[in-house]
Amino acid sequence: MFDNNLRGMIDDVRDGRMDRRAFVKRMIAVGLTAPLANQILAIGGVAMAQSPNPYKPTKRGGGGPLKLLWWQGPTLLNPHFATGTKDQDGSRIFYEPLASWDVDGHLNPILAAEIPSIQNGGLAADAKSVVWKLKPGVKWHDGKPVTADDLVFNWEYASDPATAAVSIETYSGLTVEKVDDLTVRINFKKPTPFWANAFVGAYGCIIPKHLFAEYKGGKSREAPNNLKPVGTGPYKFVEFKPGDLIRGEINPDYHMANRPSFDTIEMKGGGDAVSAARAVIQTGEYDFAWNIQVEDEVLLRLEKGGKGKSLFAVGGDIEFIAVNFTDPNTEVDGERSSIKTKHPILSDPRVRKALALLVDRESIKKVIYGRAGRATANYLNGPEEFVSKNTKWEFSVEKASALLEEAGWKVGSDGVREKDGKKLKFLYQTSINGPRQKTQAIVKQACQKAGIDVELKSVVASVFFSSDVANPDTYSHFYADIEMFQIPMTQPDPALHMRRYHSRNVATKENKWQGPNFPRWVNKDFDAAIDAAEIETDPLKRADLYIKGNDLMWQDTVMIPVMHRLAVEACSNTLRPALSGWANQTDNLQDWYRET
Amino acid sequence: MSQYILRRLMIAIPSLLGISLVLFVVLALAPGDPFSELATNPNVPPEVQAALRAKFGLDDPIYLRYLHWLSAMAQGDWGFSFVSRINVDTLILQRLPTTLYVIGSAQLLALLIAIPVGVYAATRPYSLFDQLANTFAFIGFSLPTFFTGILFILVFSVKLDWLPFVYTDVPGSGIPWLLEMIRQAIMPVMVLALFQAASMTRFVRSAMLDVIRLDYVTTARAKGLGQAKVIVKHVMRNAMIPVVTLIALQMPAVFGGAIVTEQIFRIPGIGSLLISSILANDTPVVMAVTFVFACLVVLFNLIADVLYGWLDPRISFR
Repeated sequence: MFDNNLRGMIDDVRDGRMDRRAFVKRMIAVGLTAPLANQILAIGGVAMAQSPNPYKPTKRGGGGPLKLLWWQGPTLLNPHFATGTKDQDGSRIFYEPLASWDVDGHLNPILAAEIPSIQNGGLAADAKSVVWKLKPGVKWHDGKPVTADDLVFNWEYASDPATAAVSIETYSGLTVEKVDDLTVRINFKKPTPFWANAFVGAYGCIIPKHLFAEYKGGKSREAPNNLKPVGTGPYKFVEFKPGDLIRGEINPDYHMANRPSFDTIEMKGGGDAVSAARAVIQTGEYDFAWNIQVEDEVLLRLEKGGKGKSLFAVGGDIEFIAVNFTDPNTEVDGERSSIKTKHPILSDPRVRKALALLVDRESIKKVIYGRAGRATANYLNGPEEFVSKNTKWEFSVEKASALLEEAGWKVGSDGVREKDGKKLKFLYQTSINGPRQKTQAIVKQACQKAGIDVELKSVVASVFFSSDVANPDTYSHFYADIEMFQIPMTQPDPALHMRRYHSRNVATKENKWQGPNFPRWVNKDFDAAIDAAEIETDPLKRADLYIKGNDLMWQDTVMIPVMHRLAVEACSNTLRPALSGWANQTDNLQDWYRET
Repeated sequence: MSQYILRRLMIAIPSLLGISLVLFVVLALAPGDPFSELATNPNVPPEVQAALRAKFGLDDPIYLRYLHWLSAMAQGDWGFSFVSRINVDTLILQRLPTTLYVIGSAQLLALLIAIPVGVYAATRPYSLFDQLANTFAFIGFSLPTFFTGILFILVFSVKLDWLPFVYTDVPGSGIPWLLEMIRQAIMPVMVLALFQAASMTRFVRSAMLDVIRLDYVTTARAKGLGQAKVIVKHVMRNAMIPVVTLIALQMPAVFGGAIVTEQIFRIPGIGSLLISSILANDTPVVMAVTFVFACLVVLFNLIADVLYGWLDPRISFR
C-alpha cells in the first residue's frame, strides 16, 4: 500500500529532507514502531541513530552502591550457558555484546565502534553479510585487549554442539571471519534481514578467548572462569554465590566516558516477587527489583507513600489460550493428540470462534493485570512494529451462542449444549499461578453462560513447562482441549516467535514432543508466509508477511490471545535506570544513575 | 564404649545405603526435568537439550545412574549442579556458614529460654509464672514461622523501619560489620527461637515434673539438701534425658536450615538451596542435601545414645 511512499520517505531521510524522528513517528502511526523503523532505515541505506542519552553524571563513580533484587537469583555467569533471563541479567553485569537495544528500540553500540550501515560499508545490500568494527582500546577486566580473535572465538565456542551452549541457534547458521585486529565479517548462509542478532543482546555477550580457549566443546563445564567472569563491563567481578548473591565493583578502565556511576553493585537473589516489591517500593532497602509478577492492586497499595514506584517496559510477551487441533482422547500408535487425528469438536472453526468470543479480556485486565497488561487480539504484539491492525477482539456471549447454535450444538436439559448425544465439554489446562487460575475462572464462567462445560486443570509449573518426554502433563504433550500460558518474546524480531507454528515444528512422539507447534496446527499459507519472511530483505514486505502470519493464526483461531504482558519492575524514586522492552533489564546498566 | 560406637556405625552403613537408594529412585521417578527452562526458550534448539541430557547422563537407566552416583560419592565426588554447573560440595559449603550462624543462634537462644523457664515453671506448678509460661508456649507453637516472620517484617521493617528484612552477605570487617551481621539476623533468629523455645519449654517442664515427685528427690530433700542443689543435681540431670533426645534430633535441622524462614528473609542457607533446587529439578543438589541430612540424623541419634549413658549410668552400652 504505502510501499512507494515509504521508499520516498527513506530517500528523504537519507538526503536530509526529512528528520529521522519524523520518519520514526510516521512509521509508528502506520503500525511499525521503533526497532523496525530503524531496521528499515538501516537496510534502506540510512545509518542507525542513537537515542539522545539522558545520562547526567559528569564523572565516573561516586554514586555509592547499587542494590538490585532479583527474586530468582542468577545461578550461573557464563552468557553462553544462561538458560533464563535471570542468568542473562547476571552475566550482563560483567560481559558485554557489540551492541544492545536501547529504550527507544535503537541499536546502541557497546563494544562496537559504530553500528553497521550501508553507508559505512558494514551492511551488504544483499543482506548476506555484516561487518562489525570493534571500538579500539577496549580492555578485558584483566587488562588484555579485546580483539577480533575474541569474536571469532565466541562464534566457534557457541556453535560447537559439544559446548552445549544455549546461544547455539544464534551462531550456528553463520560464519565469522577476522578482517583485521578490530574487524570481523559475519557471513550468513542466506539473506538475513534480521542481521543484528549474533553479538547483539543477551546471547551476544562476548567472553575472552584467552581464558576460555582451553574449555571449548566437551570441557566447557570445567572452565574456572564460568564462575569468575572476566569481561569488559562497567563492573568488575568480586563475588558470586549461585542463586544468592553477585557482587561487583566499579571498572575504573571502563570504555565509556563518565561511566558507570555506581561504585559497587550487588544483585541479591531469593524470596518472592511480593516481598521484593516491598523491599524496593515500601521500605527502600533495595534500589531495583526485577520481574514483579504480582497483581497490580498489590503494587498500587505498596506505592502509596512508598519510597519507590513500579515501572513498565513494553516488549512482546503474550499470554494466550491455545486450541488443540488434534484429538487428546484418542490414541493413535501410542500417542494422544496425534497429528493423524482431528479434534472431534474443535476442528469446527465456528466452535473455535465461539471460544474466542468468550474470553472477556477487559475483565481480565481489570481484575488481574491492571497496568501490566494490554488486551489484544494478536499473537504477535511486539516488537510493536509488526502488530496487525486487521484483527479485533470482542466479548459476546450472544454471538458465541449463536455460532454454537449454528454449528448444531443445542442446549440440553442441564444447560450444557449437546450434539448427537455428545456434551460440549472442554478440558482447560494451565500452570499453577495465581493470575492464571483467576483467568481460568473468568473464562469458565463465560463459557457456562454460553452452554459450554469447562473442566479446569492446573499443573505445577515445573512439570507443565518441562521437556520431560515421559510426563503427559507438559504443555507440549497438550493432552487437553485448550491450554493457557505465556510465551516470552526474546528478541525484537518476530522470526523465532513466528517460526514455532510452522507445520514442520508440530510436536509429536517422533520428535519427543520437542516441536514447538503444540496446537498441531497445519496451514500451508502460514508456512509459506513464514518461509518467505525469513529470507525477505525488503523490510516492508517482510513485515507484511509476518502480519499475514499473525492474521492467519487469528482467522483460524489457533491461539486466543488474552493479554499482551508488559515487564514490571520496581524502582526506587531516585534511581534512573535505562530500561528497554527489547532488552534484558541489565542491558544498559552503564547508563543507570541516581538523581540526587 | 568405643566398641559400641563402632558397632552402631557399622549398622548405620546399610541403612544409609538403603536411604540413598530410596532417595535416588524417588528423585529419578519424580516428574519434571532440569532443562525445563530450555524447553520453552525458542532460541534453544531441541538438539542442545538432547546433548545436555546425554552429557549429564540423564538418559541412562536408573540403576546405572545410581551406581555411578554411589561410586562417585564413595570417592568424595558429590557431583555437580545441573543448574549452575558447579560442584555440589562447593555449593553446600557456601551456604553452610550462614545456616549454622542463623539457625544455630536460634537453637541456642531457644535453649537458653526453654531450660530456665521450663525448670522454674516445673518447680512451681500452677503458679502465676507457670500459667504465663504455658500460655506463651501455646501461642508460640501455634503460630507458624511464616506468620510470625511476616508479622515481624510488617512491624519492625515496614512500620518502625528498625531492621532490614533482606538478609544479605554484607561486605566489610571489624565491629561495624559484626554489628550489621547481628542486626540483620535479629528477626529470623527471633522468629525461629520463639517457635522452638515454645515447644521446648513445654517439654522441659513435663520432663521435670515427671522426675520431681520421685522418691529419691524427696529423700534428697529429707537429707537437708538445699532446693537449688536438689533441682540442679538430682532432678535436672535425670529430666534431661528426653530433652537431650529432642535436642540431638533437632541438630540435623540446624545444618539443614529452616526452609520457610530462609525463604521469607532471603537467608542464603541450605534450606533455601534445597527448595530452589527442588523447584529447578536440580537432582544432584537435592540428592546431596537430603543424603547429608540422613547422615546427620543417624549421627545425632548415636550421639544421643552416648549422652544417655553419661547422664544416667544405668543405661549401659551393649
